Amino acid sequence: MNKFVISLSPHVHSGDSVQKNMYSVCLALVPSLLCSLWFFGLGAAIVLLNAVVFCVLAEWFISKFILGRDGSSIADGSAIVTGLLLGFNLPANLPLWIIAIGAIVAIGIGKMTFGGLGQNPFNPALVGRVFLLISFPVQMTTWPIPGQLTAYTDALTAATPLALASEGKINEIPGATDLLLGNMGGSLGEVSAIALLIGFAFLLWKKVITWHIPVSILGTVAVLSCLFWISNPESYLNPLQTLLTGGLMLGAIFMATDYATSPMTHKGQLIYGVSIGFITLLIRYWGAYPEGLSFAILIMNAFTPLINTYCKPKRFGAK
Amino acid sequence: MELIFIAIAILGSIGLVSAVVLFVASKKFAVFEDERIGRVAEVLPQANCGGCGYPGCSAFAEACVKASNNGSLGGNRCPVGGQDVMDQVSNILGLATVKSVPQVAVVRCNGTCENRPRLLEFDGIRSCRVQHMTGMGETGCTYGCLGCGDCENACQFDAIHVNPVTGIAEVDEDKCTACGACSKACPRKIIEIRPKGPKGRRMLVLCNNKDKGAVANKYCKASCIGCGKCVKVCEFDAILLNNNLAYIQADKCRLCRKCEEVCPKQAIHSINFPPRKPKTALEAVEA
Amino acid sequence: MKTFSKGGVHPAENKLSAASAIREAQLPKQAVFSLYQHIGAPAKPVVQKGDTVKVGTLLAEANGFVSAPVYSSVSGKVNKVDNILDASGLRRQAVIVDVEGDEWEPSIDRTPTLVRMEDRPDLDAKTIVEKITQAGIVGLGGATFPAHVKLMPPPGSKAEFVIINAVECEPYLTADHRLMLEHADEILVGVELIMKAVDVQKGYIGIENNKPDAIAMMTERAKHYQHIEIVPLHVKYPQGGEKQLIEAISGRKVAAPPAIPISVGAVVQNVGTAYAIYQAVMKNKPLVDRVITVTGKHLSNPSNLLARLGTPFRQLIDECGGLPEDTGKIIGGGPMMGKALLSLDVPMTKGSSGLLLMPQSESKRIEPEPCIRCAKCVSACPMGLEPYLLSKLGVQSDWDRAEHEDVLSCIECGSCQFTCPSHRPLLDGIRIAKVAVGGIVRSRQTK
Repeated sequence: MNKFVISLSPHVHSGDSVQKNMYSVCLALVPSLLCSLWFFGLGAAIVLLNAVVFCVLAEWFISKFILGRDGSSIADGSAIVTGLLLGFNLPANLPLWIIAIGAIVAIGIGKMTFGGLGQNPFNPALVGRVFLLISFPVQMTTWPIPGQLTAYTDALTAATPLALASEGKINEIPGATDLLLGNMGGSLGEVSAIALLIGFAFLLWKKVITWHIPVSILGTVAVLSCLFWISNPESYLNPLQTLLTGGLMLGAIFMATDYATSPMTHKGQLIYGVSIGFITLLIRYWGAYPEGLSFAILIMNAFTPLINTYCKPKRFGAK
Repeated sequence: MELIFIAIAILGSIGLVSAVVLFVASKKFAVFEDERIGRVAEVLPQANCGGCGYPGCSAFAEACVKASNNGSLGGNRCPVGGQDVMDQVSNILGLATVKSVPQVAVVRCNGTCENRPRLLEFDGIRSCRVQHMTGMGETGCTYGCLGCGDCENACQFDAIHVNPVTGIAEVDEDKCTACGACSKACPRKIIEIRPKGPKGRRMLVLCNNKDKGAVANKYCKASCIGCGKCVKVCEFDAILLNNNLAYIQADKCRLCRKCEEVCPKQAIHSINFPPRKPKTALEAVEA
Repeated sequence: MKTFSKGGVHPAENKLSAASAIREAQLPKQAVFSLYQHIGAPAKPVVQKGDTVKVGTLLAEANGFVSAPVYSSVSGKVNKVDNILDASGLRRQAVIVDVEGDEWEPSIDRTPTLVRMEDRPDLDAKTIVEKITQAGIVGLGGATFPAHVKLMPPPGSKAEFVIINAVECEPYLTADHRLMLEHADEILVGVELIMKAVDVQKGYIGIENNKPDAIAMMTERAKHYQHIEIVPLHVKYPQGGEKQLIEAISGRKVAAPPAIPISVGAVVQNVGTAYAIYQAVMKNKPLVDRVITVTGKHLSNPSNLLARLGTPFRQLIDECGGLPEDTGKIIGGGPMMGKALLSLDVPMTKGSSGLLLMPQSESKRIEPEPCIRCAKCVSACPMGLEPYLLSKLGVQSDWDRAEHEDVLSCIECGSCQFTCPSHRPLLDGIRIAKVAVGGIVRSRQTK
């Protein structure tokens, strides 16, 4: 006779799991993955594969040999997501060893130092990316021209639209259709807005994320850039170009919505999103870097605990 | 050259303004504190365990000083520091020292895995409080130790641990300060703070089961069944029998150990006694 | 379609017994009447060993205002008054009766004739409440709060409408559903009695639209009762929560404790309670039986049984095909809020709305993973709380902060734990905090 189990209610579960959420994010990244393969061919494949492999290895190594856990936490898929996102934030011609450093910093410093999944205050992929951006500014800001399917580190490079904009060459920026499809220079995952939007729709449908953060970031950027553009169309990008260039879509949909580093309440998420949009434009227009989203997200990551403390959900029946 | 002067002037004036602000603040917002509070606090263990009933050692010091204005410590006692510390506190405050009895926490349950079989399997946070909410818990006894270690977590002195073999919490007498945190944390209230006894010797009923004898007996080999044999054999009226449960009063018990011998369920235990003389073969046969 | 505004989840319904008509359970050989069948002071026994009792004989009287009497549901001899393991998991006082025959108190009207309000013009509010008090009726949805207390609004508050809870949002349970299909008229008269008792002109019956046949049946019958309105509700758990139901139907929100439903003019009773009230007032029958859903995925014959109170659960299971071999957990009530039972020999009580047998594969919780701060628990909480935080505070024993974060507003619906992708035992931790903070608040009030 088996012993009966006793436990407190509830006795049923929705069947949701960490793995399901993480693999849903991976699935949502598939359209972007295909796009990056289409535009950058071999380079994209090498960069993404290596980013993922190094992230997973780093997580396994640290949790097994440094933290003394069983190392099974790699099965939850979070390291794969970090690896993919890191890869999407890198140019397709980045040498292997730089990718490895990025992955180790992302997982090692960005995540495992704080205790692993759910404990990290900053988005690990962005920590890796920003570390690389500051350490290897040249390699990180020369992007290959799309269409060189068999090239890797030997690919021809070109400036990104945002770099052109910050140099004042507004007229050389590709048209809106090219921007939408992603036929331009840039990091792997940044280029095709359509693919990213498909992923966004998938995440919303699967209820992995809510609309609050992406929409508030994109909305803020659209409104503010519209104001600037109206004030001076000569030196500022128009809102559509602003939205479709750089890592804005990727960051707003996949990076800013990272569970552990974004606020818990919808109100807090809106504050967080609006602030990210604002800081991004601040850096784009007046900062030293052409793109400011990574920094904007990291800055707001630091404010997330504060937002959580002060943005409480409205209690039932409270005035 | 000019820059240096400007820098000196600016920093100097910032320093001056701050100094004035700090001076005014220190005068205006000064709080009077009895200097004895600091002195009392110094002799306290500074464990901030809350065993005295105050949020921390400084609050306890304050309470002692306040009480001393009425001529006594008013029952305030630091269970951790014990007699030594309280004597010092009394000296500082100019009060006569009060003798107190050293105490220790005891877990009144002997329902080990062997004595008290697990009938059910609990699933949830490993917490006695949670398991207690399911009612009976894993065993058939609704009074006994749940063995999840809420007392262990509450203890500041690493003095109580759940024995993984028996599944029962055990007190380390040398470390226990009788602060009572475990007793408060226990949802079944089986941990009692009682006098240590002379040379640490004491008699205990290691059971808290108030069910009728038959029920208690059914689910635990070591339970008190309320038979009353110990009450009858006790020459000092030290044992009370309420709700089918015997309880030995520490102040009346003379440590004769007769109750231990008559208990049919070995629920009464003598602690820290030297081993009994081994029975001779003849006596053993007679018994 | 209406529903409540904040949070909520959609558990799989699994209403296995929805099509099975209510049938009468057999009489037990021995019936056990716990004296703790309601919230409040336990009942005080008035019988002794050897007394002869009939169905409807008083066994124990109410002990105070928030308390309820207990009647015998069988005829026979009192075997003893003793402590017995009950559904709460504790050994508590109960009256045990050996069953002989089935003899009813003659004052009880056992005919099926429907007695309408028009037939009893003599009834006034006071008599109705008195009858309900005497009949020992408690909230039959599972909360077991004595029914008469809610019908006597404290001075200064006035009831404006009556809401009947026929939501049955718990998965698996179908007792209320069947009751509405088979006893619609009696329920409607019961609602009229409640309305008369608290002197209001408007009654609502809230039914989730996963029971279209019950909505159709009740709407059809309710045509003859002009003040009663059937309100179909969008399916969402925990709609059967009192506060959620009031909001779904009237749009009014009951604030955090100490506010109670009457603060916004609402009186809420379960549909089963309305039926029991009809029987008590019109048929003079105290609460001696109730409909209980006996169900489970591997049970051969999930049923709705009209069973006498005090029947051991083991017998009810035997009547529905016997205990499946792979049963891993027995739940009294529904899977979201029910209590895991410690033994099959526990007797059925007034609050037993269901008996659910979980197969072993679903009995154990999945090993928890670290919190990934996905905030799904915050979105799911119908009370606007932050379960991840409250649970942490409970485990860390930070009672001050837990109180500040409104842990006492938690209704323990389990939506947070149900939805958590990391399978964290959130409600366990919240309960620790709730019990501790509740104790602190009470001791502060008495000071």
